[in-house]
Amino acid sequence: MPTTRREFLGLAGSVTVFPIVTLRPVEATPTILNAAIRNVVGEAAIRTGKVKLDIPPLVENGNTVPMTVSVASPMTADDYVKSIHVFNEKNPQPNIGNFYMNPSSGRAQVSTRIRLADTQKVVAIARLSDDSFWQVAADVVVTLAACTEEMN
Amino acid sequence: MAALINVPAKARRGDTIEIRTLTSHIMETGFRHTMDGVLVPRDIITSFTCRYNGTEIFRADLFPAIAANPYLSFFTVAKESGKFEFEWIGDNGYSSTASATITVE
Repeated sequence: MPTTRREFLGLAGSVTVFPIVTLRPVEATPTILNAAIRNVVGEAAIRTGKVKLDIPPLVENGNTVPMTVSVASPMTADDYVKSIHVFNEKNPQPNIGNFYMNPSSGRAQVSTRIRLADTQKVVAIARLSDDSFWQVAADVVVTLAACTEEMN
Repeated sequence: MAALINVPAKARRGDTIEIRTLTSHIMETGFRHTMDGVLVPRDIITSFTCRYNGTEIFRADLFPAIAANPYLSFFTVAKESGKFEFEWIGDNGYSSTASATITVE
């Protein structure tokens, strides 16, 4: 079986396999953030929706970032928001704040100013009166970090 | 400590009103070091409560990720004339109060 160069190349070309590697960006929740969320939520399922998180997508100064969380809820005696919990991904501590309300709040909305130590994800979770949990996440790019700088 | 409270002086019964509060506090995170490498101890407000004629209407647990001079805005339904009382509690026995009145027609 004479193997010529031409035959060899023809054969090699026909059996060349193109390996297809798909790299999917995994929305990995860091364990510390996950643990903090589970601490509040327990084993309950967290659904996405209902909650709105207003935070600038790009902040120059992570020392004071305005943030508003609102939840679509009629705020009646049998359908209201019990609490809103806000978490972050990369600060030294995953908690930002817990806010407790009741039907007499009239509107499920809270605003504050927060610190962000790095470009990261902020997660807001609402607990409704039927003990269901709803969440939303927002990515924030921070150019000047908070928390960890040296004091003068 | 000084606090700034913004509550409408008058409201109609049943209106949803916004309450805004700002208090002066360093909110030292406990994660910063001095130039000598010494850790600066944590000194933050950990809890905020608002009562409307004695009934708690809003409460918050604060963490080091809340910016210095904590600002909080929230809502309530104006039910009756009376008094809002605000209380901030924090590390090292910190406690501060403020109040505001409202006339509901």
